[in-house]
Amino acid sequence: MIAELSHYALVLALALALVQASVPVWGAARNDAVLMGVGAPVALACFAFVAASFAGLTALYLSSDFSVINVYENSHTAKPLIYKLSGVWGNHEGSMLLWVLVLTICSALVALFSGNLPEKLRANVLGVQGLIAAAFLFFILATSNPFWRLDPPPAEGRDLNPVLQDLGLAIHPPLLYLGYVGFSVSFAFAIAALLEGRIDAAWARWVRPWTLAAWVFLTLGIAMGSYWAYYELGWGGFWFWDPVENASILPWLAGTALLHSALVVEKRDALKIWTVLLAILAFAMSLLGTFLVRSGVLTSVHAFATDPTRGVFILGILVFFIGGSFALFAWLAPVLRPGGIFAPVSREGALVLNNLLLTAAAATVLTGTLYPLALEALTGDKISVGPPFFNRTVGPLFLFLLFAMPFGPLLAWKRGDLFAAAQRLTLAAFLAVILAAAALYVMGGGGMLAAAGLFIAIFAIAGALAELTERIALFREPFSHSLSRARGLPRAAWGSALAHAGIGIALLGVVAESGWSLERVAMLKPGDRLAIAEFDVRFNGIVKREGPNWRDDVGRFEIRRAGLLAAIAEPARRTYIATGTSTTEAGIVTFGLGQLYLSIGDSGAQDAISTRIYWKPLVLLIWLGPVLMALGGLLSLSDRRLRVGAPRRAKRAAMAAE
Amino acid sequence: MTRKQRRLTLIGLALAILGLAAALALSALRDNIVFFHSPTEIAAKKIEPGARFRLGGLVKQGSVQREGLQARFEVTDGNASLPVLYVGVLPDLFREGQGVVTEGALDANGTFRADTVLAKHDENYMPREVVDALKQQGVWQHEGKAK
Repeated sequence: MIAELSHYALVLALALALVQASVPVWGAARNDAVLMGVGAPVALACFAFVAASFAGLTALYLSSDFSVINVYENSHTAKPLIYKLSGVWGNHEGSMLLWVLVLTICSALVALFSGNLPEKLRANVLGVQGLIAAAFLFFILATSNPFWRLDPPPAEGRDLNPVLQDLGLAIHPPLLYLGYVGFSVSFAFAIAALLEGRIDAAWARWVRPWTLAAWVFLTLGIAMGSYWAYYELGWGGFWFWDPVENASILPWLAGTALLHSALVVEKRDALKIWTVLLAILAFAMSLLGTFLVRSGVLTSVHAFATDPTRGVFILGILVFFIGGSFALFAWLAPVLRPGGIFAPVSREGALVLNNLLLTAAAATVLTGTLYPLALEALTGDKISVGPPFFNRTVGPLFLFLLFAMPFGPLLAWKRGDLFAAAQRLTLAAFLAVILAAAALYVMGGGGMLAAAGLFIAIFAIAGALAELTERIALFREPFSHSLSRARGLPRAAWGSALAHAGIGIALLGVVAESGWSLERVAMLKPGDRLAIAEFDVRFNGIVKREGPNWRDDVGRFEIRRAGLLAAIAEPARRTYIATGTSTTEAGIVTFGLGQLYLSIGDSGAQDAISTRIYWKPLVLLIWLGPVLMALGGLLSLSDRRLRVGAPRRAKRAAMAAE
Repeated sequence: MTRKQRRLTLIGLALAILGLAAALALSALRDNIVFFHSPTEIAAKKIEPGARFRLGGLVKQGSVQREGLQARFEVTDGNASLPVLYVGVLPDLFREGQGVVTEGALDANGTFRADTVLAKHDENYMPREVVDALKQQGVWQHEGKAK
C-alpha cells in the first residue's frame, strides 16, 4: 500500500512539475499576474508530494518490506537502523529520488523566500526549476522506479553493498546533492535573466546567496567524500582523479568561478554575460556529473553496476538542458548590455584572472575525463588517463591561482595599484619563504614542486590574514582602534579571508601528504615489530569480533612512541554475513594533525598477515581546509548585506522602471 | 587606456591562460595516458617490456599463488592468458574467476609486473573494458540481473 501511494505521489508530483514548468512562464510572457502567481503554490505542492514519496520509500526500508524490489536488493533485516535509513539513497533509484527531492526543496525555498522578487523573474525561475524537476521525475518513473513490487516477496533481502554501510553514506550524498542541485537555482536565475533580457546588481544579489549556499554544501560534500574514500577503501589515498570524483570537482570549479564573477556583477555591474554563462556551465557540469556517475560509461573505482538505457536517458536530459540553455544564451545574451569598465589591474581584473584559471582548470579536468571516451569512439583504442595527467595540468594552474589570490582583495575596484598590493604582501611572502625553507630543512627536501607548493600554500594563508590585518589597521593604529574596526568589518570580509586561508591550508595538507608520507608494507607475524617515522608498531595478533551483520578479523597493533604506549590501532577485515563479501576497515590513529593509517590484507602462513602502514603528517589539513572554506562561506551568507537591502532596493528600481 | 585596449588586454590574458592550459594538457596527455589491453591483444601485438599499460580480464581459476606479500596469478580472457606478479595488499574483492584490471608493465620474461590492482566497490560491477574484452572472445555471460 505504501509503495503504491508513494508511486502515485510521484506521478502527481510529475503532473505538478509540468504545470510549474509551463503556466508561470506562459504568464510571464503574457504579463498575466494570475498565471504567474501559480508558480509558488505549485512548487510547494510538488515538493510536498516528492517528500511524501521519499518518506514512503524510507518507511518501506525501515519496515524491510521485501515485496518491493528496490528494498529487497539493497536491504536486510539485520542491517543497523542508520544504514536502513541511508540505504534509501544507497542505490540508483533511491539516489535519483533524493536528487529530485533536493531539487524540489530548492524550488520550495525559492517559492517561499522570493516574495520580494520581481514577479516575472520569480515566475521564470520557478518555471525553469519545474522543467528540471519534470525531466528527472519522468526519468525516475520511466526507468528507475523504486516502487516496483516483487511477487512472491522473498523472506530476506540481499543487503546493501558493504562499502556503503558506513556513516559516510548517510552524510556524503545528501551534502553533494545539495551542492549539485543547488546550482540549479543559479541556472534558473540565469535562464530567467536571459528571457527577460535584463541583469543588474540586484539580480546578482539574489543569485549570490543561492550559489554560495550550494557551493558550501558542495565543498563539504566533496571533502566528506574524499575522507570517506580515504578511510574506507584502505589505500590511504585521498583523491584518485577518478571520473566520479572529477564529476564532483567540475561543478565545484565552475561554481567557485561563478561565486567570484557574480561579485563583479553585484559591485560593478560588469561581466554580466560571462556570469550568465558560468551559471549555465556550473549546472551543466552538475548534470554531466550525474550522467557520468549514473551511466557507468567510464571505468571508475567508484563505479557500480549500471544499466545503459538509463545512461542514454540521462544523456537525453543533459543534451536538452545544456543544448537548450546554450542556444538560448547564444540567441539572447547579446541583448544584455555590457556594464562598467575597468583597468586590467583592478579588483575586477583579479577576479577575471580567478575565473580564467578556474575555468581553464575545469576544461583540463573535463578533457582528461572525457578523452578516453572520445578516443575509444574515434580509434577504438582503450586508454585511461591517470592521476599524473591531472597533477601536471591542474597542479600548476592551481598553484598560479593560489599565488595570485592574496593580491586580489588588496586591489581597488576599477583601477588598482599592483605595486602597492605587492608591498603590503612583503611580510607574507617573507614569512612564506622562511617557513617553507624551514619545513623543507626539517622534513628533508622534496623537490622543486614541494618547495613551490609549500611557499604558495603559506603565502596564500598569510596573504589572507594580511588582508584582514590591513583592513583593521592592526599594528598601525592603537589596538583598541583595530578591535573596533574588526568588529565593524562586514562578515563577508571575514568569510572570504577564512575561505582563502582554507584553500591554502588544504594545499599545505596536500603537499605534506604527497611529499612526506611514509609507507611500509610487510607480512607480520604476531609479535613482529615495524618502525615507521618516530613510531614503533607491534602486531599482537588477530582477534574475532561480531557486529550486527558482520564478522571482523581485527588486527591488534600497539603503537609506541619513544618507548611509551601511545595508542592501539585496530584495522580489520570485515565480512558481511548476508553477502559474504568483505571490506577493509582501516585502523587510523591521529597524532596532532598527522595520522598513522593501518590496513590489513590477506593472511599468510603461521597467522601472519599482510599489513600496510602509512604515516601521513599534516594529512588532516586536507579536510580541515575545505571545512574552513565552508565556514567562510556560511559566514559570508550570514552577512546582513546579503540578506536584506538588496531586494528592497531592486524592487524600488523595478517599480521605477515600470 | 581606451576601452578597446582594455578589452584587448583581457582577451590577451584569456588566450594566454587557455594556451597555457592547453600546452599543459597536451604535454601531459602525451606522457600520461595508459592503454588498455586484453591478454589476446598482448599475444598478438608485440609490446615492449617496460611500457606501461593496463591489463584486464578474469583472474584464472586455480592460478593464484601467494608467498608473503607477493601474489602471482594469471589474467585470462578465455583465449589467452598472461602471468601477473603483484607485490602488496590485494583489494577486498580480488578473487579467482572475478574481473580485474591491473596496471604495470611487462618484464623481460614476459611476466606482467603490476603495481596497481584496481579495486571495485561492487561485486556485480565489471570494468567495462573487461566486459568488452570478454565479449570479443565470446566468453562473456551476462549475469541475469533482476533489475
